[in-house]
Amino acid sequence: MTVLAGPRPVSAVSLLLPAALLLLLLGFMAAESGALRPGEPVASVPAPPTVTIAPRAYSYRAAGEFLRDGVAGDGPLIGVVAPPPLEIMTYQVTAADYWRCVVAGACEAAEPRRKGEGDVPVTGVSFEDAEDYAHWLSAATGTTWRLPTIGEWTFAAGSKAIDPVIGVGSGGDPAARWLAEYERESALGARAFAPPEPVGRFGVNEFGVADLAGPVWEWTASCNGRTALDAGGRQLSHIESCGVRFVEGRHRAAMSTFVRDARGGGCSVGALPDNLGFRLVREPSWFQRLFGA
Amino acid sequence: MDTLEGIGVSRRSLLAGAAFAGVLGSVIATAPSHAQETAPATGPAPDLSTLPRQKVELVAPPFVHAHDQIAKGGPKVVEFTLIIEEKQLVIDDYGTTVHAMTYNGSVPGPLMVVHQDDYVELTLVNPDTNMLQHNIDFHASTGALGGGGLTLINPGEQVKLRFRATRTGTFVYHCAPGGPMIPWHVVSGMNGAIMVLPRDGLKDGNGKPLSYDHVYYVGEQDFYVPRDEDGNFKSYDSAGDGYDDMVKVMRGLIPTHVVFNGAVGALTGENALTAKVGETVLIVHSQANRDTRPHLIGGHGDHVWQSGKFANAPDVDLETWFVAGGSAAAALYTFLQPGIYAYVNHNLIEAVELGATAHFKVEGEWVDDLMTQVQAPSPIG
Repeated sequence: MTVLAGPRPVSAVSLLLPAALLLLLLGFMAAESGALRPGEPVASVPAPPTVTIAPRAYSYRAAGEFLRDGVAGDGPLIGVVAPPPLEIMTYQVTAADYWRCVVAGACEAAEPRRKGEGDVPVTGVSFEDAEDYAHWLSAATGTTWRLPTIGEWTFAAGSKAIDPVIGVGSGGDPAARWLAEYERESALGARAFAPPEPVGRFGVNEFGVADLAGPVWEWTASCNGRTALDAGGRQLSHIESCGVRFVEGRHRAAMSTFVRDARGGGCSVGALPDNLGFRLVREPSWFQRLFGA
Repeated sequence: MDTLEGIGVSRRSLLAGAAFAGVLGSVIATAPSHAQETAPATGPAPDLSTLPRQKVELVAPPFVHAHDQIAKGGPKVVEFTLIIEEKQLVIDDYGTTVHAMTYNGSVPGPLMVVHQDDYVELTLVNPDTNMLQHNIDFHASTGALGGGGLTLINPGEQVKLRFRATRTGTFVYHCAPGGPMIPWHVVSGMNGAIMVLPRDGLKDGNGKPLSYDHVYYVGEQDFYVPRDEDGNFKSYDSAGDGYDDMVKVMRGLIPTHVVFNGAVGALTGENALTAKVGETVLIVHSQANRDTRPHLIGGHGDHVWQSGKFANAPDVDLETWFVAGGSAAAALYTFLQPGIYAYVNHNLIEAVELGATAHFKVEGEWVDDLMTQVQAPSPIG
């Protein structure tokens, strides 16, 4: 599970020298180009508003297909005792934000089925589009932005995260879990397709993260995969399948990375996300890692 | 054309126009010489005042009003009422709308069930809240364009038609108000089906009785919704406003939506059809305009009347069956395994991209003998 991987431990000393050199070099370049003026970001891309989630113990449902002792069932609940702080965008990336990346030639145009009115989140974007945007934003702002893992998304979503537990194993009857899953997703998907609404319309959670249960689902970095466990829960095998990633929102769904319109895909009998969008997390800078946020 | 005047066809309607007369004329001129091995009873009608009458309250599809599979007693006069309702319907998850023309408010209209030699007595009502002229053509009936020539009514009118159900089977009914109005009304949802059961019930090809625990009526509908310059589906203030644009799409013969029971997802999720392992389901599938090919994913058609006509022996053990546009098929299946079944038009583009998918939720005991996952997905080797 990629979701299990936290930030790599960083040796302070190993970073100091290259970081100092880099800072000198950047300062020199910025001064030369005249780009570094007081009160303005390095590039002309405004830093998006973010929320930093303070460390706390939390748990999340492992993503992917799980077999326990040969029987399909829910993934284990993974407890995280001491996560690092997580800086995440307050709002989903907006259509206007995304358009800057398109204009810069670094992103392909989004293909929203319905655009919505006002300052709406970008929709009609694939996992690949979200990755392109993250790379562009990272270059434009000089810090590293990336998609959150399922674990990180759950950590930031707090009370808005919905545990995709089904609770019925398939012991001897492949149909039982299937029927239970269908009932659950039918209830979740009963609402008709909703177009995106202006950012902030769906309020914030207890940490100040906005629009977590609205009509825009969010791409995560977490790959689909199948994990076989023995009766005691020990991992026997794990095969990762990164052509399919998970999206989070009112329910968790697996989605091929090239899909921009989940509802047009019609891949399964389950509930489909209304719209596909995303928000990014910011990797802590070297000095944040050294000295705390 | 004296006939037309004689039956009181209104010529005032802008939309019906003279085209109706043209159609009527050509049909009469080409009336086929029709050979039949077992001719239905003909001759003077019995004294209908002596027959029992039964008034049936129709129910909206996919459900079907209560009925006997084997007739009790002799022929009856069965009374139905259809109230025509022009209404805007949402036909997909994106809120795409059409100005539907409906019998009793649903697409398709309700399934009527009678027995052979019963008399169907239909009261057709066109309330004055409607804008258009309508009628009804029963493929199960004989004469006057299936009754279309006797039932054309303006908003504010009603009409009563009686016909004898001489032939058994599942048959389409639809609105056919003349000329270009005919396809427009039909692809605006104005169609349904009637099932005429043999008096002694359904039988397989060897005379063995067949019966069902549930009957579901699936009406497949092709819609032709115009798009704007950006490719988005257009909506219109009234049916008439959209007429010209819609005919252009219709003439391309490629529907924008192919759906079951009026909308994408009308028979999935919380509206999925249900059955239990061991139960036998009769699926009546009509398509008033266009060919289709139903398939039950994970199941079969045990006994299928592809043409829908019960005097023919049913096909057995089918994987997919063919429903000619303008007809209704009947398929019997006994569920043997629990789970979710998708019932689709097996042009899978139409099923998945255009909407022609229903689901069955079937509960019961899994039968390992029929299917077992011998090895769960695991690393190769």
